[in-house]
Amino acid sequence: MFKVIYNGEKEKTAMKDAFAASIEKLFKLDPQVVYLDADLMNSMSTTKLRKAYPERAIDCGVQEANMVGVAAGMSAAGKKPYVHTFGPFASRRCFDQMFISVAYAHNNVRIIGSDPGVTAAYNGGTHMPFEDVAMYRAVPNAAIIDIVDSVQLQDVLIRTKDRPGVTYIRTPRKNSVAVYGEGSEFELGKANLLRDGKDITIIACGIMVAEALKAAQILEAEGISAQVVDIFTIKPLDEETVLACAKKTGAIVTAENANIIGGLGAAVSEFLSKKHPTYVGFVGVNDLFGSVGAEDYLRKFYGLTPEKIVEKVHEVLTLKNQ
Amino acid sequence: MTKLTVFAAQIRREEMKEFKELGFGHIGGSLSITDTIAALYGDIMHYDPQTPLWEKRDRLVCSKGHAGPAIYATLALKGFFPMEWLMTLNKPGTRLPSHCDKNLTPGIDMTTGSLGQGASTAAGLALALKYDKSDSRVYLILGDGECNEGQVWEMALFAAHKKLGNLIAFVDYNHKQLDGTTDEIMNLGDIGAKFASFGWFVQTIDGSDPDLVVAAVRTAQHMQKDRPAMIVLNTIKGAGVPACEAIEFNHHIVCGPQMADEAIAELDKVIGGTEGV
Repeated sequence: MFKVIYNGEKEKTAMKDAFAASIEKLFKLDPQVVYLDADLMNSMSTTKLRKAYPERAIDCGVQEANMVGVAAGMSAAGKKPYVHTFGPFASRRCFDQMFISVAYAHNNVRIIGSDPGVTAAYNGGTHMPFEDVAMYRAVPNAAIIDIVDSVQLQDVLIRTKDRPGVTYIRTPRKNSVAVYGEGSEFELGKANLLRDGKDITIIACGIMVAEALKAAQILEAEGISAQVVDIFTIKPLDEETVLACAKKTGAIVTAENANIIGGLGAAVSEFLSKKHPTYVGFVGVNDLFGSVGAEDYLRKFYGLTPEKIVEKVHEVLTLKNQ
Repeated sequence: MTKLTVFAAQIRREEMKEFKELGFGHIGGSLSITDTIAALYGDIMHYDPQTPLWEKRDRLVCSKGHAGPAIYATLALKGFFPMEWLMTLNKPGTRLPSHCDKNLTPGIDMTTGSLGQGASTAAGLALALKYDKSDSRVYLILGDGECNEGQVWEMALFAAHKKLGNLIAFVDYNHKQLDGTTDEIMNLGDIGAKFASFGWFVQTIDGSDPDLVVAAVRTAQHMQKDRPAMIVLNTIKGAGVPACEAIEFNHHIVCGPQMADEAIAELDKVIGGTEGV
């Protein structure tokens, strides 16, 4: 069960602090849990864990490929590794190691890629993963989870402890807009209907969920009834919910902080084209590289805004009603 | 002849039967590492063929995963699975793929084949076993060409820093990679000195004698303390099958019935009526 508390305000807890608290909770919960990082503990509020749990919070230095292989080996010896680095390094930099040593070899590792998409902000284009979702979607049996806020992050980290195979979790490090109330629980692979509506469904993930809720408010003022779904598990896709939304509202807009090629929009439309052809509009990054700047600037630059969602809703509703 | 040299000949004989059945394969590098495999499974490693996943076993990660046929022959001889399986190498539905796969083959401890990756997974196994205060050791086989991969050197730094005194690695230094000699393609220089400079306990030996391999491993276990150990094996690609040794590019070659039968006949003579390990 979950509770929606969205009012546009940010959470008091930074995501990185929620992450550190969750890892410590996991350490206490299960002696097999280990956490590996590639010289980014200081960026993830976990330096204190390395001091308190020197054998379990393992700094691997700036060696993402080796770190993922080490995690695979630790999994083969019965450990339950959580691995963190920035999103581009958690995807592009270690893709073959994740693919072969973890996924293909049936080892069980959770890989947390922080600062997804535009949240990499001032670190700029080299650090800005838009393509990670497409890459992980092509890994058999991988799960991809795009985190909305700290409440969801904490629950998902605990919940994925025993998940087999590769689990890729993309999460911002700073404070997110609060969407879920304390104590909310999440079922992996099951999307959450956050707001009911009848004219259109906005299916969003990650930081775009709050933007979708804002867009729905704007649309309501225009007399358009939009329902909003948080599909935090991009893979495996909650096909049942997507199909129900398509049948109910007859039009869909997807919103994601990633390249629309191979991303959430692609997953939704690939599925619907087989089962229930439906007009789908895509809000996301249109096949561009990342760039540097303040996050607000980047959100506007790449079109990751409530206004862009509203514009796309109008386009899709025009198609639906013609 | 010692028990281990006979065992090595028995392994080679089964390898050549595998390659004869398939008609081709990674023959050169499977043969060059065979004496070390004989030492590991004939003397050094603790394992139970009836319980391949026995928790207290030693682990072998053959990071040069293309040497699978040498390990499969050994595992079959040791009773991990029926000898008949050896005739299924690379055939549809086989449990014995060209590169090692822990999910398919009883006794294989890690899936390998993308070069460099077994280095890190071996370090991960060693780190986890150390954390568990286990007496099990991890043995890692690297190819010489494989040491072109940056990941090997990431691991070399990591294993020394994490004081993995339960890790013993080998480089099968047969001096040939796929495209030519290692000197021509990517010169490794003094590979032993390189690992030593990373903080490893290093020995360089003649890798064609399994008894020397056993002695070197015992020395490593005694001397390494909290350091990872490296044993550089001077070997010959295709070792033990003169017709294969004579082929310049012998990484992945055709194995005609004549080549195989001649090799098997010669190995029969070596083995004679004696029993291996």
